[in-house]
Amino acid sequence: MARLIRLDRTGHTTLAEWTAGTDAGTEEAIEAFSAELERGMIGSTVHADGTAEVVRELPLDAELVVMRRPIAGG
Amino acid sequence: MEASLESVGAAGARTGPAAHPRLAEAAALWWREGVSDRTLRRDERRWTAWTVWVVLAFALPGALLLYIELLAFPAAALCVAHAWAIPWLQAGRGARSAPSLGALQSEDEELGESDRVALGLLADLVGHRERDLLGRSGHAVQRGELGVWVLGEQGAFLVRPGGRRVDCWCVRIGEPDGLPPADRVAHLLLALREDEAGFATVANMNFSGAVWRVRGRLGERTRIALDAARKSARER
Repeated sequence: MARLIRLDRTGHTTLAEWTAGTDAGTEEAIEAFSAELERGMIGSTVHADGTAEVVRELPLDAELVVMRRPIAGG
Repeated sequence: MEASLESVGAAGARTGPAAHPRLAEAAALWWREGVSDRTLRRDERRWTAWTVWVVLAFALPGALLLYIELLAFPAAALCVAHAWAIPWLQAGRGARSAPSLGALQSEDEELGESDRVALGLLADLVGHRERDLLGRSGHAVQRGELGVWVLGEQGAFLVRPGGRRVDCWCVRIGEPDGLPPADRVAHLLLALREDEAGFATVANMNFSGAVWRVRGRLGERTRIALDAARKSARER
């Protein structure tokens, strides 16, 4: 089961779950992803080897997609 | 989702210096020069030159005063004190760049549910080998192309290849309101893994110098992370 989560004040919130290769939950996940992008969040997909990648469309084959806030210099 | 230092090294290959930053935050800073190993080495040389200049600018007049008149010893001592204090203060500022998890909270403050949830996710993100280090030090350690990064709540240390020099960076969440400390580190870790050069472009370097100058000013937990990063940087 793939997950779309948002890092927030609760630790993180699961926004959607879907199963890769099926339609189950994908529409809700895509909608939730778009809504987060509109709020200024950044989508990051985490690969199994520990690498991460910025995504602007929900990668339905990903295991975990994290929505994070932008960073800035201190 | 587990990553060891070795596999993170592979991540570093993906996150090498890029002419066009993949990190949205770095792309927005179009006026800033992108960070690469070359620009880092140049900036490090400038920091060294500045430190040498400060030491000489104060120590030489002190020595000259003594040469001219031994009774001018108090004034000479003041000069030498300045030559020592200014680099010491600069290193202290660098050492405060990346506080460990919970270092900004009071000791009485207990971990809440959100802290535990955030810590669990961060532990998943760092991977099996670094999880123990995260627990002991309160820092996420990430190997990249530019060196080995030690991430804290509001900044990072970059131990350069060879393990002798450390660059200190201020970098934070734009709007951190209410985020648990571990989530702040998770933000930085994700951004770093997305684009190492872009991450360094967004961050502000506030010190660069020998590791020993910073290490002596760190808390015990941060020292554990810095030592681990140094060891990893020596192995490169």
